[in-house]
Amino acid sequence: MSILINKDSKILVQGITGKSGLFHTQQCRAYGSQIVAGVTPGKGGVHIEGIPVFNTVAEAVHYTGATVSMIFVPPPGAADAILESCEAGLELAVCITEGIPVRDMVLARAIQERSKTLLVGPNCPGVITPGQCKLGIMPGYIHTPGTVGVVSRSGTLTYEAVKQLTDMGLGQSTCVGIGGDPIIGMKYIDVLKQFNEDPGTEAVFMIGEIGGGAEEEAALWIKENMKKPVAAFIAGVTAPTGKRMGHAGAIITGGKGKAEDKIRTLQECGVVVSTSPTQMGDAMAQALKK
Amino acid sequence: MNIHEYQAKEILNTYGIPVPRNRVALTADQVERAAKMMGGHCVVKAQIYAGGRGKAGGVKVVHHPEQAADLAKELFGKRLVTPQTGPEGLKVRRILVEEAVEIAREFYLSITLDRESSRYCLIASAEGGVEIEEVAKKSPEKIHVLPIDPFTGLRTYQARKIALALGLSGGVCEDCVELVLNLYKCCLEKDCSLVEINPLVVTRAGWLLAMDAKFSFDDNAVYRHREYPDMVDYSQLDPLEITAGKYDLAYIKLVGNIGCMVNGAGLAMATLDVLKEFGGEPANFLDVGGGATREKVAEAFKIILQDCDVQAVFVNIFGGIMRCDVIAQGIIEAASEVHCALPIVVRMDGSNVEDGKKLLLESGLNIQIGDNLGDGAQKIVAMLAKA
Repeated sequence: MSILINKDSKILVQGITGKSGLFHTQQCRAYGSQIVAGVTPGKGGVHIEGIPVFNTVAEAVHYTGATVSMIFVPPPGAADAILESCEAGLELAVCITEGIPVRDMVLARAIQERSKTLLVGPNCPGVITPGQCKLGIMPGYIHTPGTVGVVSRSGTLTYEAVKQLTDMGLGQSTCVGIGGDPIIGMKYIDVLKQFNEDPGTEAVFMIGEIGGGAEEEAALWIKENMKKPVAAFIAGVTAPTGKRMGHAGAIITGGKGKAEDKIRTLQECGVVVSTSPTQMGDAMAQALKK
Repeated sequence: MNIHEYQAKEILNTYGIPVPRNRVALTADQVERAAKMMGGHCVVKAQIYAGGRGKAGGVKVVHHPEQAADLAKELFGKRLVTPQTGPEGLKVRRILVEEAVEIAREFYLSITLDRESSRYCLIASAEGGVEIEEVAKKSPEKIHVLPIDPFTGLRTYQARKIALALGLSGGVCEDCVELVLNLYKCCLEKDCSLVEINPLVVTRAGWLLAMDAKFSFDDNAVYRHREYPDMVDYSQLDPLEITAGKYDLAYIKLVGNIGCMVNGAGLAMATLDVLKEFGGEPANFLDVGGGATREKVAEAFKIILQDCDVQAVFVNIFGGIMRCDVIAQGIIEAASEVHCALPIVVRMDGSNVEDGKKLLLESGLNIQIGDNLGDGAQKIVAMLAKA
């Protein structure tokens, strides 16, 4: 079992004819994902790598039965692409695009929240259910099927964590990169809820970083609701205050969002926190033994 | 992206938000003339990209134009150190000369993004002129927060609620309602991640005035505001950070001596953490982007080596889909081009990793390979200790 996606997920790619859209479509298909359609306005009617391209998401859904979207549309049109997938009634939209203006996302998020479509991202590596379906830009080969759910707002740090898990023989049920932007779709708690209900997930590894209060919120939810062991790592213990570290989300302002506070709250809520990024796999193993 | 106070006030003014009469000056002579224009009694404010200027001597009330000129001579070119600038401070290149105002009451007003509710939020407090974070700690009940529904926008009755909560009444209350609505309009149209007026004052004569203002623009939205790039004061930024920006690399100078190059912000932060854990001191944060390319890696390497504090380099690339042999070529090219003899440790993961390692080891550079994150960090600290 898994969450969000599996081997039967029918995927359409918004922005399939762009350079990275096409490259990652090929990579995902090579992993075994079912890519059934592409959407690029103005290019409807052509086939790319044997995949039919449509002008609109609604058309693509109508002709192919796609239920999940992977979005590679460049920033100026990305919020629009999210809204289009919501209107077409998809189950899930995963937005990989980095650099969407916040004002666009505030409105897109407000509309998406009222639709039936779940949103992962933007600015995220995507979602993968190892051995079944890869929907994103993560390297497939570091993953292995198993029972640990992974949720993270970082990209390459997630790869590091997953590799450590795989090296220790801890396979993953599903890995979800929720994205590093200030406005995102699914948050930690939304993903944790699904892992909690998923019979294929026995434990969860959570990766956070400085800035905001999402990890603290998640910690309190875990304490009250989580039936499964959770381990975590928080990046940025040594980050200087007030400096922006790459992600728009990762900024410590006014004493809020410090790594130590996040770590302490997680520990108080029963989460095993890895104090070093080299020990993430060990922390998960330790939580599983408890 | 940040701008100076005087630029923020210019923008506020275009949205009908009243600011004190002011002039921006680049020389002491200009400061003196501006002070004369204000009638001698005025406020001299150093313009830097940081708060906390008052306590650092960057904001002073003067009573004569000559006094303003003397102060300006002292301030121009000086590096002003405040709690927000770091120990090296920021150089004063511009000074704002502003009319002195008789203040009756001070407030705090801002609009910023609230991640929790995914909305813009209006924040107001009757405790103005001090750091809002301090107010939040000591008396959170004095802070009013209003999340703004993106569909309805900020409504007049909501703005009035805030004005009343600040204790305003009568004509000045209605002035405040208009000001708050205009501020929201400004925040959206200018794609701000923060607009802050602190303090917003009521003068003895009963007028509202924005006495100090701070703007941060959403970096992701700069592309739709052609005027923004010209508004940047590059003298306020680290030269290496400027170069990095040109290549779309996120670079932040830190205090240590181990140059770092990592792909992805989270992994980059974790790399700094692990270096410190093993007794190293990172010289910088540098994110070459999740999908590092050969060109970006080469540019990043050159930027790191331009920092004279750097005595060793740690590269941590989790390539994933990017081929490691290509990354390795980028590193070798850049290191050879700048004749880098410093110790380098490269930790790479991804496809073609063995080919990449072989290229690095045969390059003739002073390179060791880190087998994993911890091993790499330990090796660079050890190489530095021996060097």
